[in-house]
Amino acid sequence: MLKVSNLTKNFGGLLAVDHCSFEVQENSITGLIGPNGSGKTTVFNLVMGLLEPTAGQVFFRDKLAVGLKPYQVTQLGIARTFQLVRVFQKMTVMENLLLAPRDQRGENVLLGLFRPSLVRTQESDSVKKALQLLELLGLSGVGDEYAGNLGYAEQKLVELARALMSSPQLILLDEPAAGIDPILIHGILEYIRKLRDERGMTFLVVEHNMQVVMNLCEWIVVLNHGQKIAEGTPQQVSNDPKVIDAYLGS
Amino acid sequence: MRNLVQLLVNSLAAGGNYALAAIGYALVYSILKYVNFSHGSVAMVGAYLILGLTSSWLKLNLIFAFVVSVLLSAFLGVIIERIAYRPLRQRRVSTLAPLVTAVAVSFILEAVVTIVWGVDIRGYGLPVVRGWRVGPARVTTVQAIIIASGVSLMLCLHFLLTRTRLGKAIRAVSDNRELAQTLGLDVDKIISSVFAIGSALAAVAGGLVGLDTFVYPTMGFMITIKAFAAVALGGLGNVYGAIVGGFIIGLLENVGVWYVLGGDARWKESIAYAVLFLVLLLRPAGIFGSRQGTRVL
Amino acid sequence: MLSLLMLQHLLVIAVIYSILSISLNMAVGVTGLFNMGHAAFFGIGAYTAAILSLAGTPFWLDMLAAVCMCGLVAALIGLPTLRLVADYLAVATMGLGEIARAVFKNWTSLTGGTMGLRGIPQASLFGLTFISTARFLGLSVACLLVVYAVAEGLLHSPFGRVLKSIREDEIAAQSCGKDTYWFKMWALVISAGMAGVAGSLYVHYINFIDPTSFTMWITFFLLLIIMVGGLGNNLGAVLASVMFVAVREGLRFIGLPTSIGAPLQQLILGVLLLLVTILAPQGLIPERKIIARQTDHAKGQ
Repeated sequence: MLKVSNLTKNFGGLLAVDHCSFEVQENSITGLIGPNGSGKTTVFNLVMGLLEPTAGQVFFRDKLAVGLKPYQVTQLGIARTFQLVRVFQKMTVMENLLLAPRDQRGENVLLGLFRPSLVRTQESDSVKKALQLLELLGLSGVGDEYAGNLGYAEQKLVELARALMSSPQLILLDEPAAGIDPILIHGILEYIRKLRDERGMTFLVVEHNMQVVMNLCEWIVVLNHGQKIAEGTPQQVSNDPKVIDAYLGS
Repeated sequence: MRNLVQLLVNSLAAGGNYALAAIGYALVYSILKYVNFSHGSVAMVGAYLILGLTSSWLKLNLIFAFVVSVLLSAFLGVIIERIAYRPLRQRRVSTLAPLVTAVAVSFILEAVVTIVWGVDIRGYGLPVVRGWRVGPARVTTVQAIIIASGVSLMLCLHFLLTRTRLGKAIRAVSDNRELAQTLGLDVDKIISSVFAIGSALAAVAGGLVGLDTFVYPTMGFMITIKAFAAVALGGLGNVYGAIVGGFIIGLLENVGVWYVLGGDARWKESIAYAVLFLVLLLRPAGIFGSRQGTRVL
Repeated sequence: MLSLLMLQHLLVIAVIYSILSISLNMAVGVTGLFNMGHAAFFGIGAYTAAILSLAGTPFWLDMLAAVCMCGLVAALIGLPTLRLVADYLAVATMGLGEIARAVFKNWTSLTGGTMGLRGIPQASLFGLTFISTARFLGLSVACLLVVYAVAEGLLHSPFGRVLKSIREDEIAAQSCGKDTYWFKMWALVISAGMAGVAGSLYVHYINFIDPTSFTMWITFFLLLIIMVGGLGNNLGAVLASVMFVAVREGLRFIGLPTSIGAPLQQLILGVLLLLVTILAPQGLIPERKIIARQTDHAKGQ
C-alpha cells in the first residue's frame, strides 16, 4: 500500500532521514520504531507532505506521492494523527468529525450558503457516520462537547475518529499511546485492531512504548540515525542484535 | 543641483537614524519573537519629552534633555512591558493579542501626547547652527550629531552584547528561552532590561528626528514602520542586520528616490512601506535571517 | 433630550458599523486572519461607490461594483500575503491599509485628494429615493439583514466549519485534506465584499467622502467591537456595535472641543483594547455553540 523508497531528508547538514526504504502491506498494522531522534516523525512528516524530501520517493498504491501539499496527501486516502493531539479545541466533537470527510460539496461558498438537497444529504450522512464512529470508539454522548474540554485520552480517540471520517485507506498514527494512562491504552489498541479486522484499514504506527508495539504490530521497521537497520516480525526484531544495540547504545 | 556625495551624506544621516530605531526594535524582537508595535510610539514620546524639557519652564540644556528623556523612556518601556506584554506571556493566547495590546499602547501614548502638546507640528526652536563643508557636500551639525551618536551607540551596544554579562544573558534568552530559564537566568528581568535598552535607543532616534526636522503626534507610526522595514530587510531578530537594513532604507530614500523617481519627495514615505511589502513577499527572512518560521506552509 | 432624528441618525451609524464588524468577524473572528488593514476595504468600497455614483450610476449598481471591487482587491492582496504567518500578515495588511489611504489622499484626480468628493447623490431604489434618515435607516437595516444572513449562513455551513478549523489549527486542517489557502482567500474576499456594502451605504448617507474616515483607528475600533462581542459571534458584534456607537456619540455630545475630544476617544479606545485583550481575550460573549442543528438533522432523516 505504501512504499517508501530511498527517502532522504537533510536539514542543512543534519541528515534526519538517510536513504530509508520500506513497505507497508495492505491491511496490516506496521510499526515504525527507533530510539529518540532516529527520524520516525520526520518520515511521517515527509509522507504527509509537511516536509519536502531532499531525495527519494513515496509511492501510495503504486502511484508517486511526493512533493504534494498535506491536503493533497489526505485527499489521496492517507490520514494521520499527531503526537501531541491536535483536535480543534473550540469546536465540538461532532464538528471536529464532520470536518474530515473528503469531497464535501458544502465547502463550496455558494453551495454552503444555499444548502441544496445534495449538501443536506451529505451532511446527514456524515452525521450518521460520525455518530456510529463515536459509538464504536466508546465516545457516544460527548458529541456536543467542545473538544478542548475532554480528557487527553478522549481527545486522542476523537482525533482517531476524525482521521477515520475521511474514509482513508491508510492511517499514520504518531505515538497513539503517548500520554495515556496505561489502563486506557489497552482500549485504544482494541479499537485499532477492530478497525483493521472489521474495516480492512491499514495502519503505520510510530511508537515509543515497546509493549504496545510488540503487542499491536505484526510487522516492524526499525530506524536508527535516519537509516533502516532492521525489519521483521516482533519476534525477529526483538531478537535482532542490531536493534538491541541501537536501543542500548542511545 | 544635488550631487551624489550630498545624497550619500543625507543617506548616512537618515540611515543612521533608522538604524538606531531599528536596533532597539530588533533587540526586542529577538527576545520576544513578535512585532513590538509600540516601539515607534516610545520614540515619539522621547522626542516630545525633549521638546517639553527644553521649551517649558525647565529650559534644560539640550544634552541634558536628551539624557533625561532617554532615562524616562527606558522606564516607560519597562512599564509597557509589564502592563501590556508580560500578562500575555504567561498565558497562552493567540499571537493576535500582543499585537493588539501593542497597538493599544501606541494609541494611548499618541493620545496623551496630543492632549498635552496639541496636534500641530512642533520644532525644538533651537538656533540654527551652520554645518561644515566636506568636499562637494554640506553636512549640517545635526547630521553630524546623528552619524556620530549612531555609530557610538551601535558600538556601545555591540560591546554590551558581546562583552558584558547582561549581553550574554540577553543572547542566551533570545536563543532559547526555556533553556536559559533552566540554567537559572532571571528571564523576566532580562526581558525588562531589553525593553529598557530598546526604548532608550528609540528615544534617541526619536529625539534626533525631532532635532533634524520636527515632531508631530503621528510620527510614531512612521518610525515603527521604518524600523520594522529595516529589521525585516536585515533579517528579523538580527541586530546587526537591522543596522544594515536601516542604512539601505536611508540610501533608497535619498539616492533611490532622486534617481529613480525624479526626486518627488511625496514618495519618500512610501519607500519604507514598499520595502517592507517586498521583503515580506519575496524573502520574509530578510538578508541575513533564516527561512524557518516565516511561512505557514 | 434626544430627538427622534438624532436617534435615527445614531441607528444608521450603528447599522453601518454592524455591517463592518460582521465583515471583520468573517476574516478575523471566524478564520483567524489578522487583517489589520480592514479600513482600506471600507474605503475602497466607499470611493468606488462615490465615484461611480457621481458619474451617474444607479445606487444598486454602485453598491454591486463596490462589493466586486473590494473582493478583487482582497484577492490581489491575499495572493501574496495569505501564505505569511500571523504576525507578518498583520503587519503586511496594516501597511497595505496605509498605502490605500495614501492613494486616497494623493490620487487627487480620482478621489479628490484630501478635499474628498462632495455632492454624492442620494440612494434610490425602485423609484424610491432615500433622502430622509428614517427611510435610509430602513434601507440600511435591510442591507444589514442580508449581510447577517449571509454571514450566519456561511458560519453554519461546511464552508464555515473549515474556516473555524483554520482559526483553531491550520496545520491540522490541512492534514484533514482542506486546501486552507483557498479557504482563507475566500474568507478575505467575502469579508472585503461585505465591507464594500458598508462603504456604499456610508457615502450615500453622508453624501461626502474624504480619506480621514478610513484610518487604522477605524480598523481597531472594529476590532474592539468584535472582541467585546465575541470573536466569531455575529449577533454579539451587532450588539457591541450599537453599544459602542452609542457611547462614542455620547462622548461627542458632552461637547468637548475637538482638540481634546478626538485624542480622548483614541485614549479610551486604547485603554479598552488593552483591558479587553488582557482580561478577556476570547471576547466577553463567547461564540455560540453549534449543536442541535446537526444531530437534529440526523434524527429528522
